[in-house]
Amino acid sequence: MTFLRQALAIAGKDLRSEIRSKETVNASLSFALVILMLFSFAFDPSSDQVREIAGGLLWLVYAFAGTLILNRSFARELVNDCLDALISSPASGAQIFFGKCLANYLLLMVVECVSFPVFIIFYNARWPARWALLFLVMLLGTWGITVIGTLFSAMTVNLRLRELMLPTLVYPMLIPALMGAISLSTLLIAGEPLSADDTIWFKLLAGFDVIFTMLSLALVEIVLVG
Amino acid sequence: MSAVAIEGVWKFYGDFPALQNISFNVDGGRCLALLGRNGAGKTTLLRMLAGLSKAAKGSITVLGGDARAEKTRQRIGVLGHGIGIYEELSALENLRLFASLYGIQNPRQAAMEWLERTGLDRVSDGLVREFSRGMRQRLAVARAFLHNPALLLLDEPFTALDDRAIAVLQGLLKSALAEGRTIIMSTHQLREALELATDVALINRGKLAFRGDRSAEMLEDPGWLYRHYGEA
Repeated sequence: MTFLRQALAIAGKDLRSEIRSKETVNASLSFALVILMLFSFAFDPSSDQVREIAGGLLWLVYAFAGTLILNRSFARELVNDCLDALISSPASGAQIFFGKCLANYLLLMVVECVSFPVFIIFYNARWPARWALLFLVMLLGTWGITVIGTLFSAMTVNLRLRELMLPTLVYPMLIPALMGAISLSTLLIAGEPLSADDTIWFKLLAGFDVIFTMLSLALVEIVLVG
Repeated sequence: MSAVAIEGVWKFYGDFPALQNISFNVDGGRCLALLGRNGAGKTTLLRMLAGLSKAAKGSITVLGGDARAEKTRQRIGVLGHGIGIYEELSALENLRLFASLYGIQNPRQAAMEWLERTGLDRVSDGLVREFSRGMRQRLAVARAFLHNPALLLLDEPFTALDDRAIAVLQGLLKSALAEGRTIIMSTHQLREALELATDVALINRGKLAFRGDRSAEMLEDPGWLYRHYGEA
């Protein structure tokens, strides 16, 4: 209970700061919308080809927009050396990490939920009949992006080129999760049935999330303190 | 019993030895003024005591345990170079956050009490980004004292404080000493520090140049220590 209480205190602090400053959500959302709009100019929205790559388009936008949120996650702690104050408090590295993950997850989900209807409009797609399954894919895929991104945000926080380093490090790590999320999203947006073989992507996404959450919780203390 | 025991501690930044074979103890209930020129290694040592960085060699025992142990951190109050206060939160929200992290039973009550003691109760709901530098420093002091720590690690605590705020901080530190808490403070404001200190340690280019009780001559002439043990 103490673990969750302290993690929630940190998540609440991050969300409150974000609500007041709006520095990452505004940037991330604007970026997502602009990319969606630009892609809609690049492809013919009514073509079958677009439906085949719909999942890929969507998750690339989510991954790009996500790094804008994740980049600031630990960087915002550098102002006034707040990271030192957090690390020297009784909250463990795992609690700090988990709290930040929860806040980033919520912010990224907000960006995704706002940009998805825009995607539907721009790409002339139908609202998916199995939207609940698609939402599950979004929940699982976004948690993967969040966990990996938050860990690397902690690792790169003291680098001068962190804005460049974070995506460079994060995207290769995300390949399995993105593959699963893209495959499932494409099928669900196109309204095609999911075969037994396709459900393996759900298992992959869930496995990816569990493994990397555990690994990150175990490693983050070393990342933060050395 | 020693509140802090430092034994043969080395710290390197790359190849540069920031601290070289530092050893000394600080007994419980004492106030150590950690002195030295800029870049001497005071902040590096305080960061290690606070569990923010690890020694390359040697050992550090804080309140009978490892500096990174949760129980130890629970009993340490840290005021570093940066104030450790969030700009987008109010003074009250900042203190409530840290009160929660330190497991204080009634975070709001503890936060309000320390806002009063540092003279910030009238601006408790004001955002820190609108505070003056002195107000921020007072809030940082409140954050460090909030959980009644057994050991206070203060890095330049008098920075940016006006005369009245310095008097408030000195009062808080005297009360803490009277309650048996241990204080280790690095500072360049020798007179204020030496008035409070019971012990003095001087670090000179990463080496311990002096460690002893604060003497009457140090109080009369704060520059005395540097002339006798510091670099020319």
